[in-house]
Amino acid sequence: MKKRLGHMTALAFTLLSGLLFGLGLILAGMTNPAKVLAFLDLAGLWDPSLGLVMTGAIAVGLIAYSIAGKRSTSFLGLPMNIPTSRIIDKRLVIGSLVFGIGWGLVGICPAPAFVLLGTGNVKGVVFLIAMLIGMGAFELLEGRRKK
Amino acid sequence: MIIDWNNFTPWTALAGGVLIGISAALFILLNGRIAGITGIIGGLFRPAMHDAGWRIVFTMGLIIAPIIWLLFAELPNIEIDAGYNLLIVAGVIIGFGTRYGSGCTSGHGVCGISRLSPRSIIATLAFMGTGFLTAFIMRHLLGA
Repeated sequence: MKKRLGHMTALAFTLLSGLLFGLGLILAGMTNPAKVLAFLDLAGLWDPSLGLVMTGAIAVGLIAYSIAGKRSTSFLGLPMNIPTSRIIDKRLVIGSLVFGIGWGLVGICPAPAFVLLGTGNVKGVVFLIAMLIGMGAFELLEGRRKK
Repeated sequence: MIIDWNNFTPWTALAGGVLIGISAALFILLNGRIAGITGIIGGLFRPAMHDAGWRIVFTMGLIIAPIIWLLFAELPNIEIDAGYNLLIVAGVIIGFGTRYGSGCTSGHGVCGISRLSPRSIIATLAFMGTGFLTAFIMRHLLGA
């Protein structure tokens, strides 16, 4: 019973985290691809907003992760799933470079794509489906590579 | 560089960023997990579905955010100039690239930089770099 209650508490905070993330994106204007592109287009009329979004998020994140780094379990008693790899490999760099190309084309990244789904924006939904297909293609290739 | 003062929204950008930071903080401190959307969704493609629950719940939070927002205020403008073909191409590229590079703006950009991960700092520089370059090519060389 106690374990079940703990599980439900964790899920409730998971929902809250996702919701706050989405609300933050909306408030920041990051669910508007035109605004994201106005940040990425340095040579045009430049909108620095995205830079401040990152600044605000990282300022809070730095504090949270410095606390998290000193703990072996979370405040709900769950294991800490923090990546430990420090290897900078080709996959990391190439994957990120490729992601940036797509991001610069349309101004949408994965998290806002899900918020756009919730707004019912048709173009957003089309993008999201294509993105999921891209992720699926990655899984297929990975599966073959490991065989 | 000319700053677009008419569209620059410093306070809501900063406040929205802080909210995203609080979300990431809650998720690591309470659930012990990284608020990285690529990783969260990517895990749903794996055969081990025992941990699918929290991934779906977090994503549901993102999806219902605009619905909750609408209870209190109008949604800000959404402007997507890209046509369907471009959206599909970019979508596939982004889906593949983020998984190949193990993260996106949330996982590497926000959470990774916050924990001072060298991998995430490099990844963020990489996707910001090609993001700037692509936007420049599209708008100023191709005139799209």
